[in-house]
Amino acid sequence: MSEKKKTVLVTGAAGSLAKRVIARLHGRYNVIAVDFRRKVETDADIPSYKVEIHKRGFEDVFRKHRIDAVLHIGRIFPHEHDRTRRYNANVLGSKKLFELCRKYGVGQVLVHSTYFVYGASAYNPALLDEDSPLKASEVTQDLVDSVELENLAQIYLWKAPELNITILRPCNVLGPGVRNTMSLLLSRRVVPVLVGFSPIMQFLHVDDMADALVLAFERNRPGVYNVAPDDYVTYQVAVEQCGCRKLSVPSIPPLLPKLISGALNWNSFFPPYLINYFKYPVIIDGRRFGETFGWKPKRNLNDIFSYYRKHKLLSA
Amino acid sequence: MQVYDKLKALTRFASREALYRQVVTPEVEAQIARMPKPVGSFGYDAWGYNENAARLGLGVVKLLYEKYFRVTAHGVENIPTHGPVLVIANHSGQLPMDGVLIGGAMAMNPHGPRAPRSMVERFFPTVPWLGNVLTGIGAVIGDPLNCIKMLEQGEAIIVFPEGVRGSGKLYRHRYQLQRFGNGFMHMAMQTGATIVPVGVVGCEETMPSFANIAPLARLLGLPYVPFGPLLPLPAKVYLNFGEAMCFDRTARSEEEVTARVELVKDKIRALIERGLAERKSVF
Repeated sequence: MSEKKKTVLVTGAAGSLAKRVIARLHGRYNVIAVDFRRKVETDADIPSYKVEIHKRGFEDVFRKHRIDAVLHIGRIFPHEHDRTRRYNANVLGSKKLFELCRKYGVGQVLVHSTYFVYGASAYNPALLDEDSPLKASEVTQDLVDSVELENLAQIYLWKAPELNITILRPCNVLGPGVRNTMSLLLSRRVVPVLVGFSPIMQFLHVDDMADALVLAFERNRPGVYNVAPDDYVTYQVAVEQCGCRKLSVPSIPPLLPKLISGALNWNSFFPPYLINYFKYPVIIDGRRFGETFGWKPKRNLNDIFSYYRKHKLLSA
Repeated sequence: MQVYDKLKALTRFASREALYRQVVTPEVEAQIARMPKPVGSFGYDAWGYNENAARLGLGVVKLLYEKYFRVTAHGVENIPTHGPVLVIANHSGQLPMDGVLIGGAMAMNPHGPRAPRSMVERFFPTVPWLGNVLTGIGAVIGDPLNCIKMLEQGEAIIVFPEGVRGSGKLYRHRYQLQRFGNGFMHMAMQTGATIVPVGVVGCEETMPSFANIAPLARLLGLPYVPFGPLLPLPAKVYLNFGEAMCFDRTARSEEEVTARVELVKDKIRALIERGLAERKSVF
């Protein structure tokens, strides 16, 4: 190889998805791991930093290393901090990141978004494509940071074409070590379900998502892409398949399940602001990503659910 | 002894499995299996259609179709066996029984069954259980994006271009076609879908409405509340499927599109006339 190895900065390095991405990049690229939670233990040749991206110290990483690409995976989940802190880290932090990328001549930025940005509403058509409006902030204040991060990334996509921004909006990502809301929920033995509602959902294995991220990075085709399989299952069937017992929660009036969730402090796995996502479907059309990058998930729904099933059997 | 036998026959129904078998006969299962309908690993499609729900749904519809409304269907051979189709019909009878019966005729078509899809009012998904049931048997909310994506995937969709104007009209306006929306024509032109016109006769008499209780409808957030029988009456229903129509993309203005919609409307009017002429008695 005549070219020198590219240097790739990965944010959210302590997370399950980022760890997998780093493992895939390691060796072929110089990887730098960054996380706000802790200094991640990595292989000897991977520099690792504990730094908050909206703080000044973050720039030192750019001063120290000549970074070619950024995989921005790190995000503070709504259940981890309060709204202001989250907004600062996710939105202002990302803005800072984009500005630093411009200042230090980074040639490529990948942004890991979520299908939550489309918002769950009874009026959603199925197979939402990338041009559909982002209505999540209509549903709840707690997802405003997700939508704003998206909008910010899209602005930079046009404002700074040299950054080659690619925005990925995956469906529910599940698998070993994943700590997002859906994964925490399906890891539980008893899982709340809304009486009379069982929306259709999409699930993606974390290994397939890691493959998708690496592929999007290596092919470098800037734009916005949904990442989802063309296989579907309803929420309540997924709950059964993961070996969970259902706990029926009254669904009408619509305020009631939110109150129950709030009162019982189900914030990490069945939070009040996500209730609508357990009521109405948000099905995204992943064809554009599949066609552009020649990607297809390698693991099916049963592979995904069997991990949660086995996990419960082992800990019993 | 006779009473004992009757009781014994009743206990057979007590088991859910037995009841399910009575409704979902092997014939129904075979029809579902013959449908050219792709589904995922758990039997679902992107809109929530589910094979198990469809089996049960078709079993129930078959009973309604054959035993309750004693439907006579002509021209089912006009429904293409695959590829995108819009089945366009007149709407009547307060409850969408006409959609259910047209769907039944499509699903039980001896020339090649199709999984019928229909567009429903947007408030249905907000109703617990009902939303799930409707979604499972193939209903989707009436959003043009849904319709286009389904046609692109070769689905067969039932559309009532009159909408609530048709289903909510009063008994004295029976068999008078209301204004047709142009949406279905745009979608047929955009996706190259075949249009099959249908004339429905008999559904007007299933739930004759003598007045619309408008204040109650407003209160409940419903399009209308009919003053009439609470459940559909067992009127005999005639379905006349017309010859398939195809429209290219050459229409340049909304006026030309409306002219094409009128063509379909005229066909449906003629098919209704045929059904009315054929009908000997209402019940």
